[in-house]
Amino acid sequence: MTDAVQQVAAKPARTGVISWHSTPRRVATIYLPLACFVVVLLFPFYWMTITTLKPNHELYNYKDYNPFFVHSPTLVNVKKLLFDTEYPQWLFTTMSIAIAATVLSIFASVLAAYAIQRLRFRGSQWVGLAIYLAYLVPPSILFIPLATMVFKLGLYDSPFALILTYPTFLIPFCTWLLIGYFKSIPYELEECAMIDGATRLQILRKITLPLAVPGLISAGIFAFTLSWNEFIYALAFIQSSEKKTVPVAVLTQLVQGDDYQWGALMAGALFGSIPVALFYSFFVDYYVSSLTGAVKE
Amino acid sequence: MTSVAESLGKTSVQPGPIARLFDWKPFLIVICLLPAVGLLTVFLTYPLGLGVWLSFTDTKIGRDGFFVGLENFASLARDPIFWLSVFNTIVYTALATVLKFGLGLWLALLLNEYMPFKALIRAIVLVPWIVPTVLSAMAFWWIYDPQFSIISYFFKDVVPIREQNFDFLGEPWPARLSLIAANVWRGIPFVAISLLAGLQTISPSLYEAAMLDGATGWQRFRYVTVPMLMPVLAVVLTFSVIFTFTDFQLVYAITRGGPNNATHLMATLAFQRGIPGGQLGEGAAIAVAMIPFLVAATLISYFGLARRKWQQGESND
Repeated sequence: MTDAVQQVAAKPARTGVISWHSTPRRVATIYLPLACFVVVLLFPFYWMTITTLKPNHELYNYKDYNPFFVHSPTLVNVKKLLFDTEYPQWLFTTMSIAIAATVLSIFASVLAAYAIQRLRFRGSQWVGLAIYLAYLVPPSILFIPLATMVFKLGLYDSPFALILTYPTFLIPFCTWLLIGYFKSIPYELEECAMIDGATRLQILRKITLPLAVPGLISAGIFAFTLSWNEFIYALAFIQSSEKKTVPVAVLTQLVQGDDYQWGALMAGALFGSIPVALFYSFFVDYYVSSLTGAVKE
Repeated sequence: MTSVAESLGKTSVQPGPIARLFDWKPFLIVICLLPAVGLLTVFLTYPLGLGVWLSFTDTKIGRDGFFVGLENFASLARDPIFWLSVFNTIVYTALATVLKFGLGLWLALLLNEYMPFKALIRAIVLVPWIVPTVLSAMAFWWIYDPQFSIISYFFKDVVPIREQNFDFLGEPWPARLSLIAANVWRGIPFVAISLLAGLQTISPSLYEAAMLDGATGWQRFRYVTVPMLMPVLAVVLTFSVIFTFTDFQLVYAITRGGPNNATHLMATLAFQRGIPGGQLGEGAAIAVAMIPFLVAATLISYFGLARRKWQQGESND
């Protein structure tokens, strides 16, 4: 701990002002612990992948085959997942629900963030604070009353149950993120437009929004990922197999009885993770910056 | 700014009555806040109140309940499984939070160093947090398999220090610790990346000043890094505590509360009693019992946030 701390504390060292760190010491105090972290953080994914690729005789025989490697890779498990289960259907459902919930949340959040940050009315901070507090209400304490509401509204087992409830955790987060983003756009630009006779809506549409595109992308990818990963509402409000989302379906539909088909299960877990991982890899910079930005806000 | 004026020129000469209505500030404020506030009121505030009401009724699935006063809470108070779940939740939150922040801070300090492929490493580190929790939990379920656990294999055959397989999920304490390990694994990236953001806002000149004053490495950490990191730490800590306390997915995916209810958290118990069990009133009571803890955590966050203004020398806006 202290070693790593010293490294950081001695940050000026790299500017060449004061330097006493040798390469072996850096290896021991930085690269080695960092390598351990990376290995531990990634190992479950490696394990998921090779389990997917292993044929059954290899999967349950550690004596003859070293379990850390695949000796005769096979796509049987993947084929089973894609063609013998409703996986493509689950993927499509999850994608549509995530997109619908994201669009709805971004629409609501942009307007709310604009009103709070730019229209500046009395009590606007209080509305902002209330929306921030809404983010602190976890789904675990809402799903039971929401389940009764979903029953009463006749939305049980319908994708609309999820599209309408996901914004409860998406809107607070996106609004918060966008308020921060709008704050960074100079207000003078809007004043200029106002002097030129633009209406408020024109200002929002033609000046503020185009400048806030990176913020919108950040909020969008976050909302999409959060909806993709949501579990408890999807578990409680959806019953029929073909309407389930990927995380719920992989856990509830692929586990049958006590005889776990680990190869197929891990294939399901892997293929449920790949879409978000891909999505993440395209937008990684937005991701890191919005996560850190949101914390700093 | 001429381009702005030109692009707006045509429409702004004679705004119609609807355009003028949309330019009237009070109306515009209401219209802008309506979607967000409406959705949150209907699907968040109302259910929150409804949940408290349900906890005082004997509602079951498919049947409206009657007001029964504190009966649900009284029966929970006599229920050893409920108390076990409270105990588990507190142990789970406390241990997982301490480990997540200890290791997360360490990782953040490592990532703050200058090194090649820094962006790539940072991107990789965040992966466990991106992937759906249930799916990575399934990987852990398989890693914790009693017969084919890779960890057992490692300690039996690669580094032969054990004779038998680990029984990760069969006994109460090993099962709890296994769940905590999985939660820590998933939580480290978020803590590390957030704290890294905090570390990067600390000006290097503060460290230089401390070094000129002869501060040791530990003193620089204790008197520069820690106080400057406090505001971010407070926010991240609140989030982490709230979402660990109400965690559901990991436990549901890996043990479903077993063996013999030994790993139930309050959230999983509320789900089990409320949705498959059909006792919505009782489930709601368990969920409501979590609220006092959450309020306490939020208040801590509020005071943590209040501290940041003077520490960073910002005005109150």
